[in-house]
Amino acid sequence: MTTSTEKLELFEVFVRSKRGLDHKHIGSLHAEDHEQALEYARDCYTRRSEGVSIWVVKSNDICASQEDDADCFYDPSDDKPYRHATYYVLPDPVNNM
Amino acid sequence: MSDQMKNALLEYTTRLGDDAVVLGHRISEWVSYGPFLEEDIAYGNVALDYIGRARMFYTYAAELADDGRDEDDFAYMRNDREYHNLLLLELPKGDFAYSQVRQLFADVYYTLMLPQLLQSKDERLAAIAAKAIKETKYHLRRSRDWVLRLGEGTDESHRRAQKALDQLWGYTHELFDMDETEQLLADADIGVDVSKLRDDWLAMVTEIVTNATLSVPEDSWAVRGGRIGYHTENLGHMLTEMQIVHRSHPGCKW
Amino acid sequence: MTIPQEENFMRKISAEEKIEPKDWMPAAYRKNLIRQISQHAHSEIIGMQPEGNWITRAPSLRRKAVLLSKVQDEAGHGLYLYSACETLGISRSEMIEQLQTGAAKYSSIFNYPTLTWADVGAIGWLVDGAAIVNQVSLQRTSYGPYARGMIRICKEESFHQRQGYEAMLALAKGSEGQKAMAQDALDRFYWPALMMFGPHDSDSAHSQKSMEWKIKRETNDDLRQKFIDQTVQQIEVLGLEHPDKDIKWNEERGHYDSSDLNWDEFWSVINGNGHCNRQRIEHHVAAHEEGEWVRDAITAYNEKKRAKKAQHAA
Repeated sequence: MTTSTEKLELFEVFVRSKRGLDHKHIGSLHAEDHEQALEYARDCYTRRSEGVSIWVVKSNDICASQEDDADCFYDPSDDKPYRHATYYVLPDPVNNM
Repeated sequence: MSDQMKNALLEYTTRLGDDAVVLGHRISEWVSYGPFLEEDIAYGNVALDYIGRARMFYTYAAELADDGRDEDDFAYMRNDREYHNLLLLELPKGDFAYSQVRQLFADVYYTLMLPQLLQSKDERLAAIAAKAIKETKYHLRRSRDWVLRLGEGTDESHRRAQKALDQLWGYTHELFDMDETEQLLADADIGVDVSKLRDDWLAMVTEIVTNATLSVPEDSWAVRGGRIGYHTENLGHMLTEMQIVHRSHPGCKW
Repeated sequence: MTIPQEENFMRKISAEEKIEPKDWMPAAYRKNLIRQISQHAHSEIIGMQPEGNWITRAPSLRRKAVLLSKVQDEAGHGLYLYSACETLGISRSEMIEQLQTGAAKYSSIFNYPTLTWADVGAIGWLVDGAAIVNQVSLQRTSYGPYARGMIRICKEESFHQRQGYEAMLALAKGSEGQKAMAQDALDRFYWPALMMFGPHDSDSAHSQKSMEWKIKRETNDDLRQKFIDQTVQQIEVLGLEHPDKDIKWNEERGHYDSSDLNWDEFWSVINGNGHCNRQRIEHHVAAHEEGEWVRDAITAYNEKKRAKKAQHAA
């Protein structure tokens, strides 16, 4: 078995499901180039009209942050609670804010 | 509408349904046989478009016939001599190049034919055309790109694509034939005068084929007869397979 | 001594946090996942064959369209799963090679032949039904890309089961001939569908570790029981006879009691000796090999295009 689909490139697919929403990563596929990747994305990932817009990006072109496994990274305490709305205690009548 | 016109419209609508179901069937034979997974999925969509088209044409034909038949009676209860599809569409799927070249011929044809049908005075035909036009735009992009890839790809893909062109060319002339039925409808602005499409079809096909470094074959032979039920030997086998279950249980619902 | 990485990994697992592709994970976890996800992907792909066998013979245009789109979905699900598995550092071609050489398995259910049109209905209803029971549970699997793939697949699968049941219903309420066809399909596919959940937990080689790592969320036997319970009424509504003559409600357990399965048959099919094992792989290999010149062509075309672009740029 000498053949492989890796003669084709790997692309990541992002779909905007509705106008006004972000593009969201939904998977990957193999294709020859961007144009073909776009066509296949339509067939493979939007068979039930899940999208109004598709992005395809070569997987190799994605630069990803390395999730640090150091303990501190996972320290559950949030040291900037003032960024969250619930941090501010308001009187009940206006607490719907 | 005169009886003559009504019969012509029924025949015309049935022909268009036959074209769609036969090609849809051939494409569906590719499922799980594609060169890679993405292509299996993509080609499945094209097959679905054609099956959907067949259902729309047959449903309309059944209404025109008004004799208690439904879409499935048209698809499953007529034999090969009663099928009036274009021969090009019934040929076996062949190799991938063969199927894609056939698809290119068909897609260019529908790209030209459907906008004309959209102008039909018959609202139902125009509505089917409106839906099919969108599908065909995508189909053509696919088959055009594939012919380019195969033509310019490797020696082997080039050879296979050229062979497909040569083998299929003689079946394309029939696409532009008019008979009394179609002329009657074309004169009434209901049907399409396909004889007027040949020049544009040839120009578009030539451009794509030439771009793909392939040659357009000479017009040295032509096979005709689909519209009068004079088929190749392939359709009989295709229909035997397609109709076996339906016909084995007469009158049943599925 | 546990290494801190492993501790951290287990902490995430127990806190129901997902493991993501770039995270550290034990080699055995990775291996186990690749085995399970690729096996799942292969099942979708090989699963296209038994139903694909009926696309050209579907008895109505509506059924033809439904079946086509269902088989197409299976290809799509295979794609989602291959794509989830690729995040673990294995390529699709390696997985395909493992499938074709027999190193990787796929669900044994697809080694049973589809002999009549009713089998298409039975597969959608029972086989997809059993798969859904398993997949719903896998939506909570610990590996992020797998869990997300499962959520997507589950959304699409309920159409599969419903169309299958609807097809069976049409047959069961149809002519004598149609009804007999439906009963025959039920009788043949019921047992293999139960075997889809795998061997008894006590005989399952991978179960324990998979449960611990939360790759698997429920045991084979629990999932199988769930499926047995839910199927009883579905058979009643069809008006068909239950293939298990010993099926009986057990008030105390709150479940149906049922006959044990023919595990000799199960192992024989798993070990490659079912009706269609050889045929399925041969089909896959033949399509793959016939596709080689097409794949070569697009690579060559792409290279030429790139060269042309570079020339223009120079």
